[in-house]
Amino acid sequence: MEKRVTFQGVLLPLLLVLPQIVVTAVFFFYPAGQAIWQSLFIPDPFGLSMRFVGLGNFEFLLSDPYYRASFVTTAIFSSLVTVVSMGVALYLAVLADRLIKGSGTYRTLLIWPYAVAPAVAGVLWLFMFNTRVGVVTWYLGLLGYDWNHVLNEGEAMGLVVVASAWGRISYNFLFFLAGLQAIPKSVIEAAAIDGARFWTRFRTIVFPLLSPTTFFLLVVNVVYAFFETFGVIHTITSGGPQQATTILVYKVFADGFVGQDLGSSAAQSVILLVVVSVLTVIQFKYIERRVHY
Amino acid sequence: MTTPADPLAAEVPPKKPKAQPDGMVEKRGAGLWLTHLGLILGVLFIFFPIWLAFVASTVTQPEIVRPPMPLWPGDRFFENYGKALTSGINAPVALMLFNSAVMALGIALGKIVISLLSAFAIVYFRFPGRRVFFWLIFLTLMLPVEVRIVPTYEVAASFGMLNSYSGLIFPLIASATATFLFRQFFLTVPDELAEAARIDGARPMRFFWDILLPMSRTNIAALFVILFIYGWNQYLWPLLITTDPSMNTIVMGIKQMFPSGDDVADWPVIMATSILAMVPPIIVVISMQRLFIRGLVESEK
Repeated sequence: MEKRVTFQGVLLPLLLVLPQIVVTAVFFFYPAGQAIWQSLFIPDPFGLSMRFVGLGNFEFLLSDPYYRASFVTTAIFSSLVTVVSMGVALYLAVLADRLIKGSGTYRTLLIWPYAVAPAVAGVLWLFMFNTRVGVVTWYLGLLGYDWNHVLNEGEAMGLVVVASAWGRISYNFLFFLAGLQAIPKSVIEAAAIDGARFWTRFRTIVFPLLSPTTFFLLVVNVVYAFFETFGVIHTITSGGPQQATTILVYKVFADGFVGQDLGSSAAQSVILLVVVSVLTVIQFKYIERRVHY
Repeated sequence: MTTPADPLAAEVPPKKPKAQPDGMVEKRGAGLWLTHLGLILGVLFIFFPIWLAFVASTVTQPEIVRPPMPLWPGDRFFENYGKALTSGINAPVALMLFNSAVMALGIALGKIVISLLSAFAIVYFRFPGRRVFFWLIFLTLMLPVEVRIVPTYEVAASFGMLNSYSGLIFPLIASATATFLFRQFFLTVPDELAEAARIDGARPMRFFWDILLPMSRTNIAALFVILFIYGWNQYLWPLLITTDPSMNTIVMGIKQMFPSGDDVADWPVIMATSILAMVPPIIVVISMQRLFIRGLVESEK
């Protein structure tokens, strides 16, 4: 779509886009270029010179068991976060949609955790499950369960998944509820007249009609789990125990800033870049179909 | 139904004809109560962590360190919050709140201003490089901070931006999303308005100020809500760029309040800080719920 009526001038529009382009060039493209460039080199131990290694950093990374493990960890982590947050949100949205009155009230009660930063959510859950003072830990102890996410890898993963999914429920709930409310009631009532019970109606009518919303949320939640959960991981486990919760983004940070392994960190950035690009393309291909302007 | 619904539509409760007989699809009686019960359990699950944090911020350290901690607020509200705000652990939390406010406002306003300007240029002018610029802005979607942390840090450091507000703000203010949103909106503005302005001899910037900007008010406000929360909740970037505790933002500063060794954390002060970190964005979401939902939907398109 293009405007029919436009203004004259070349200098003015260039000046108008300049701030955005300068920020983009200096803080986005130049660093991304640097990441690609650095990924081809290994600095010597004193940081004085760089040795060109071609794709050596990538070969090394892809054969590194820790990096491969981080890939698997990321896959498990993001699938669990997506399934838990979308599952709970869908369940609550289906319930709220059944109400004639009051669904707005529940929506208000449920949407505001969106405003809680992932890092703060991490601190809240860390507090509940703290090995020394955590309330939930203490009650689990009464039941004879010895919770210790500092040592137990599975428990660490469970905790970061729940903390990440918790803050995301509101967002998914909002979109699911809107999707449900847009389904014409007459369709559902027709099925009810034909004798379809709730579960049958949900499975054969509601869920299929909801699939565009579901697919959209699926992509958005995977992106969230990949890139925006750094705060949760950093506050709760710092990637441990034994790297059990080191997702890819955390590893770039740990290797680049803590480990100072710049070549490897840059190569990891490039791999992540490819991952984001693929996710963005999927998102846009889908959104092109979805949006009517 | 090939498009997911617009959550804006949910603002208006679906109308049910009064005469319609009960109970075909909506629940009545026991079913209704079970529905409420399910929802209330959900609300409690969402609230519980925050409730505990609040309780912890109103009791004494010994009450927390000897579990189980109480589940009802104590009488130390003013002491704990006062201590957090005025002295904190590494830096006064009041200062961290101020830093967060500067960062969140800077990012939100910065993104809005530069996106409005570039969208105006891209929609209302024909100039060389227009398409290239548009795609360059689009590509930033593929480059989140998390992907380019080390080199971006090096750039910011070379500009002397460590421990400064400009370092917290500028590297994050490019915005493909906001530019698209304004572009889409400008495209729906009737051509007649620009034509009339041109005939009246109005210069482009005059048209921008007097017509386009007032028309964009709702969009700007909706976007502001989303971007303010985005800016307030930043974690990784402030963690890298602020090494001086007096420049910490509150969201990243909480983690810095935990002792590094085996010492016991000062839980009441830490939890008071967590609550303080949540309050501003929650107020923004609740007080501007309609705009918030609108912003959420629009910025995802």
